[in-house]
Amino acid sequence: MKIAPREAYGQALVELGQENKDVVVLDADVAKASMTVMFKEAFPDRFFNLGIAESDIVGTGAGFAVAGKIPFVNAYANFLLGNGWDQIRISVCYANKNVKIIGHNIGASSGKDGPTHLPLEDIALTRAFPGMTVIEAADGIEVKKAVRALAKHVGPAYMRVGRLPIPVITKEEDEFEIGKANIIRKGKDVTIIACGVMVSKALEAAECLAERGIEAEIINMHTIKPLDTLTILNSVAKTGAVVTAEEHTVIGGLGGAVAEFLACTKPVPMRIVGSPDRFGVCGTYEEIHEVLGLTVANITETSISLVLLK
Amino acid sequence: MIHNKRQGIIESKELAKSMRKDILLMTHRAKGGHPGGCLSATDIMAVLYKCFMRIDPQKPLWSGRDYFFLSKGHAVPAQYAVLMEMGFLDKEEIKDFREIEGRLPAYPSCESTPGIDMASGSLGQGLSIANGTALAAKLNNSEQRAYVMLGDGELHEGQVWEAMMTAAHYKLDNVCAIVDYNKLQLDGTVEEVKTLGDLTAKWSSFGWKTIEIDGHDFEQIYNSFAEAMQFKRGPTVIIAHTIKGKGVSFMEDEVGWHCASPTDEQLEIAMKELS
Repeated sequence: MKIAPREAYGQALVELGQENKDVVVLDADVAKASMTVMFKEAFPDRFFNLGIAESDIVGTGAGFAVAGKIPFVNAYANFLLGNGWDQIRISVCYANKNVKIIGHNIGASSGKDGPTHLPLEDIALTRAFPGMTVIEAADGIEVKKAVRALAKHVGPAYMRVGRLPIPVITKEEDEFEIGKANIIRKGKDVTIIACGVMVSKALEAAECLAERGIEAEIINMHTIKPLDTLTILNSVAKTGAVVTAEEHTVIGGLGGAVAEFLACTKPVPMRIVGSPDRFGVCGTYEEIHEVLGLTVANITETSISLVLLK
Repeated sequence: MIHNKRQGIIESKELAKSMRKDILLMTHRAKGGHPGGCLSATDIMAVLYKCFMRIDPQKPLWSGRDYFFLSKGHAVPAQYAVLMEMGFLDKEEIKDFREIEGRLPAYPSCESTPGIDMASGSLGQGLSIANGTALAAKLNNSEQRAYVMLGDGELHEGQVWEAMMTAAHYKLDNVCAIVDYNKLQLDGTVEEVKTLGDLTAKWSSFGWKTIEIDGHDFEQIYNSFAEAMQFKRGPTVIIAHTIKGKGVSFMEDEVGWHCASPTDEQLEIAMKELS
């Protein structure tokens, strides 16, 4: 089964809106793409379309937070972070305001729209802000839990949400806690830490690896910041090797976060699977993933070569 | 908050005088800051805080408060001064301006300073914040108002014009912007750096009620805030013609006092002039 993260996100906002009257939703003229249109239809008085003005939408969200509301601020991730970066830095993070920044159409999920519309840098950009929580759920089920957790969490947060359907690999009963990674497959030979759609690919890779006699431990690192370092340390103590996988540049994302931590505490052989230092291309979701190496085959081969190094 | 206009203006003038002294003491001691743009904004802030803002120094986060956002954050000594005079801060804290300890950083920080609701220091952001609080107040059926002070040079920032459209679109009659139009910015006159053209026509064409005043005439300042409160069809901007460095002879209309601090001798002269 596949669910588009944005569909789950739209549904989650409506559920949240019913439970919590303080939730307000802001969008920058992409409500039909971000699926905040669902919230708009359910709660028109708590939905605000600010037009194509990403700097303004972040600031307005921060104003709502000053007044005690819980704003979810939505736009395409690349434009929201590109045009709103300074506003997120000062009016949200430095001001320590309870604003949820939601970046849409992340990674390669805008497909044929091409390089301008493929945000592959947003984790790096948001992770650098002091006090910012950064989340990417592994599937539609987890998106819903993340939205609920974000509403309870007090403080600046960024969540990246994909456009196209991706496999559902978590279960309704799985726990979700911000900052607490989920081990979704036990293994002893190599640790694969992934987020977003790459968690499902890591699971597939684990099956391929098992056929080769390599038992991979898979960690769903839905919270990239704060990083669950304890879970990483415990896993690495067992496996002695780490591969990370993300739909994001290899610079400064999940791999960067894990590498920064392990290099300073417990260096082990490590590889980062992600987009190389380049822009995306026009193509289908799958085609772009092929070009960027965001594939089950790449995770599998990278893991095998790493295990051989141990 | 003083409801009697005559009394309010008398007390606002006294407040402004004290604020100017505090501003000079702060920037002198810190050997830094932006006195010119503080002194141009002083009279407006004095009237606003004394006569219009519904706030409680004992409860800075009182949920029914009016909001004031200093979008031109470099003028924060003026806000510290008014907060000291209103009882949010202690006058002894003058020594803490720009220091590692204390509650008075070089630019506004809502995490550090009671009475300050938003950080600023990167220009252009305040009007969006004011709009957010104003929209929230409307959702809550609250009479709260949001005031925001912008610099004239700051109007070069594109976000301000985005936010102008937002306030007009949502008919935010509880938003009142003030432009501290002192005609000078860091690199020279606004006219030289990048002209603002017909500012009143620009705001007006964006759907705002505009009021142009002499930003050092207390009667005009008072009347403009009162008129803005009465106007119910949308947001109001008060374009206040001011003098950078107002009140200190050698600072007035001098671009060099955008970012500078008075020497011991200059402080002495200035304090005499203000007494």
